[in-house]
Amino acid sequence: MAQSPDKKAAPPVLIFWIIAGWVGYCLLPWYMLEDGLLSFAWLVDGYPFDEDYAPALFLIAQGEKLWLAPLVAALALPLFALRRPKSDPLYARMLILSGALGFGWLIAQGFGIGIRGFNFDWLEAMFGDLGDRQFGMGYGGMITASAFLFLLTQGIAARGAINGDVFVVSAIGGVIAIVTAFVFFPIAKMLFAAFVTDDGAYSLSVFAAKFFDNRLWGLGCLAGARCGAAWNSLFLAILVGLITTVLGLCFALVVTRSGFRYKRAIRALTVLPIITPPFVIGLALILLFGLSGTITVFVADLFGTQPTRWLYGMPGVLIAQTLAFTPIAFLVLIGVVEGVSPSMEEAAQTLRANRWQTFRTVSLPLMRPGLANAFLLGFIESMADFGNPLVLGGNFDVLSTEIFFAIVGAQYDQGRAAVLAMVLLFFTLSAFYAQRVWLGKKSYTTVSGKGDAGVHPLMPNGLAIPVMGVALGWALFTAVVYAMIIYGSVVELWGVNNSLTFKHYVTAFSVRFEAEGIRWTGAAWDSFWTTITIAAIAAPLTAAVGLVTAYLLTRQSFAGKNAFEFGTMLSFAIPGTVIGVSYILAFNVPPIEITGTGIILVISFIFRNMPVGVRAGIASMSQLDKSLDESSLTLGANSWQTFRRVILPLLRPAILAALVYSFVRAMTAISAVIFLVSAEYDMATSYIIGRVENNDYGLAIAYSTTLIFVMLTAVGLLQFLVGRVQIGRRTSFGAGRSS
Amino acid sequence: MKKVTTTLAGSLLALSASMTAAQADKLTFYCSAQEDWCQLMARSFEDATGIDVNMTRKSSGETFAQIRAESSNPKGDVWWGGTGDPHLQAAEEGLTMEYVSPMRDQLHDWAISQAESAGNRTIGIYSGALGYGYNTDLLAANNLPEPACWKDLLKPEYKGHVQMANPNSSGTAYTTLASMVQIFGEEDGFDFMKGLHANVNQYTKSGSAPIKAAGRGENTIGIVFMHDAVKQAVSGFPVKVVAPCEGTGYEIGSMSIIDGARNEEEAKKFYDWALSTDAQNLALQVNAFQVPSNKGADTSESAPDMSTIKLIDYDFKKYGSSDERKRLLQKWDEDVSVLPQ
Repeated sequence: MAQSPDKKAAPPVLIFWIIAGWVGYCLLPWYMLEDGLLSFAWLVDGYPFDEDYAPALFLIAQGEKLWLAPLVAALALPLFALRRPKSDPLYARMLILSGALGFGWLIAQGFGIGIRGFNFDWLEAMFGDLGDRQFGMGYGGMITASAFLFLLTQGIAARGAINGDVFVVSAIGGVIAIVTAFVFFPIAKMLFAAFVTDDGAYSLSVFAAKFFDNRLWGLGCLAGARCGAAWNSLFLAILVGLITTVLGLCFALVVTRSGFRYKRAIRALTVLPIITPPFVIGLALILLFGLSGTITVFVADLFGTQPTRWLYGMPGVLIAQTLAFTPIAFLVLIGVVEGVSPSMEEAAQTLRANRWQTFRTVSLPLMRPGLANAFLLGFIESMADFGNPLVLGGNFDVLSTEIFFAIVGAQYDQGRAAVLAMVLLFFTLSAFYAQRVWLGKKSYTTVSGKGDAGVHPLMPNGLAIPVMGVALGWALFTAVVYAMIIYGSVVELWGVNNSLTFKHYVTAFSVRFEAEGIRWTGAAWDSFWTTITIAAIAAPLTAAVGLVTAYLLTRQSFAGKNAFEFGTMLSFAIPGTVIGVSYILAFNVPPIEITGTGIILVISFIFRNMPVGVRAGIASMSQLDKSLDESSLTLGANSWQTFRRVILPLLRPAILAALVYSFVRAMTAISAVIFLVSAEYDMATSYIIGRVENNDYGLAIAYSTTLIFVMLTAVGLLQFLVGRVQIGRRTSFGAGRSS
Repeated sequence: MKKVTTTLAGSLLALSASMTAAQADKLTFYCSAQEDWCQLMARSFEDATGIDVNMTRKSSGETFAQIRAESSNPKGDVWWGGTGDPHLQAAEEGLTMEYVSPMRDQLHDWAISQAESAGNRTIGIYSGALGYGYNTDLLAANNLPEPACWKDLLKPEYKGHVQMANPNSSGTAYTTLASMVQIFGEEDGFDFMKGLHANVNQYTKSGSAPIKAAGRGENTIGIVFMHDAVKQAVSGFPVKVVAPCEGTGYEIGSMSIIDGARNEEEAKKFYDWALSTDAQNLALQVNAFQVPSNKGADTSESAPDMSTIKLIDYDFKKYGSSDERKRLLQKWDEDVSVLPQ
């Protein structure tokens, strides 16, 4: 025992991860259990020798799955580091070697060997037929993989990266690993799927044939026939972007620069897009303006005209998306319009500009970045929207729904879905990129720290009247549509039998009280509780991942930080249908085999909503002075303790906001969800779409109305807890994504 | 507790062949019919036999793709429901196994001929004839004559009143296309589709959507399987069902046992049970108005009477083959769908 006398005990974190690695390897079932993660039946059923439940060590001892054997060496290596001081270069090297070898080998074997033996022909050519196979990783595999990852990060920290801060290095490593696994890997997998031929080979010509398809890029609409989905999507998105921006500006002007009395009511509009389940707007529009819609029939009777199906197609989708996304533009523009410094406008007026001149030459140009930002958000939202085109699209094909039908219809063409998804991703990423590069963060500027006292001048009258007219007209229309939603949930059979009834609520949500307790007999309870459960599991995880990422981005500097930020924000720009398709392609085969489980839903929500947590965290963390951390660190706390004891408590509003937001988003999401639900884990939105397909509009609308009220309660609770200011800030980042 | 242990025993089977005979009482059931029907079949079979059923519902196209993907390691046992084409294709590729059920003599001829054309690897469980339905209120409101034949739909007064699904995305619409080619001949069949195209207001994605829209009053005439139209009428919508006078094509909903099924005995039990009158009578409980393949099974009063419908001699083998399918769809894409409306 020739150790240096000043040797301190090995760091507890190191001991923890070494033990975790061994436990994962020797005690826990290595592979995915067929009965799900929460079933513990394996404990009494042949464990630890049965091949299905055996830990890796037992498998090897029985001569099975020998490719797992090299991991023992990687697990043993850090044991030698335990004896060494942290400053010893060997300590760092051992940990890095162990972590990199173990993690690398795990990944290599995971991708190399699948359910049919070797996954690659060259492996088979080299080693011959394997004669064995493996399924997806389970508890054991996952925990051992995490152990290797964190041994690696501890090694890197010991070499002095980021001042040797283990917590920060591990957090960076962890975030990179999960974002790679659940964002980049599936997207990459999807890109490859676009090149696969029918018999499994890769070919460029397959991609070309699918890419240059007339259904995608055709310009027939110029000659009276139909245009390709890509043009349709692009055209629609540009229109929606423009219209929502103009309407949003009108609302923002009314709220900030007019004497209008009911501003609060108008502000309440902003919460609508967050709590509205998909399709309901579309359904309400059909009930109002469809061929047999209330207004259509009324107008036709009045003027003696023939009702038409004008709603189905581009006009309907345009109206529905404008209704849905105007509040988002409004949210963005309120901040911008308020942010225009009154002192500038006052200066202009002092120089004897009249109100109209001031508005045109000072206020409006200052709003330009905000207008561009609102346009791009509307553009991305429209591109990604799935529910409205599904219900109202008619013959007007757009990319997001085409992707869905390429996978679920009789065509069942994953390659086509992948190609369509690439085109859609290209559009949204371009807009996202333009937004970041061209506008930077200008658009989110609210009131600056300088002396901005003063009052915004009112709009010139020539402007005020049309702006008020447009804004109030649209607000009234929105109110009518939402009123129709509630009315639609209490009529027997819309258009056929308009008598009032609560029967849809009873069918969906009836309960029976029996001796054994409450029996949830309603048809909707199953999906309702699944939704609540999944949303409740996903929300804290989303908030955690988001806030840790925000902490790293605001408080730490490290090489590749910009790329890191871009990577974590990327899923913001990826439409849900693309996520859905790529998750199916990536996660129905080992090493991560989770399709058909509840886990895949939780994971998809975490990564779809993570950017919101990140943004909320960044916003509040940049308000906390860095000297707080520094004093905590000077007093001897490490960065984990600082994060937990100093920063987290100060972030409570941001945490709450991220929690509620991700909870609510998880309840209204549809586009990714529809690919990922299974009979066992059905979500509210996919249940609703099933009802819509069955012509059961009453039940669908009643269910949606219930969801609206549930979410309204959640948001209201949050407002009550943290106050309006935080809400405004939260939603202005959060609302920018579609379901 | 018994259920837990038996389930576990079931999952052990795959790996320890010696235990197969002793504990197998589990069935993995791939279902391609409507959700509530699938659920009812699964629960009723459990009640009837005590065998645990693990049901997955997917469309017939998806299920076919899944069975093909799993062929080296089949996870499913029996595949029930869905239109016959993918079942025939699976039989062609040897993905399903031969089985001659003792229930056969109780079945209609069309169900047996379906089996014979596939080397006994599949069998008919129900059939549905193609036709159309119209919304009586809208027809009256627009002063339109009542259509009775396929050719009636080409009349200019129906312009903008007809809806059908897109043959690329819907099996129903492909059956329509193939039926027209068989009724009128390829040349005239495509002329019919072109004429129809001028009157069609929307090609929907899903096969039954046109009649649902007609039920709600969002469309006048929908070309669909008649049993889908009957369902709307029974639900209270003003829909009338038409069996076209020229005769019409039909689908045969089929059932197959997956080759290499882990629970072959249970799959056969299910197969025989599903052909019985008891099992086929369940359809009425979930408003499935297809014609059952067992001669003794009940048919709904609202269901179209197959004996009064002029059925063509639909060539499932030819028009179910993927080459012919691709050719017809491509021709439709190039010659019909691009025409101005």
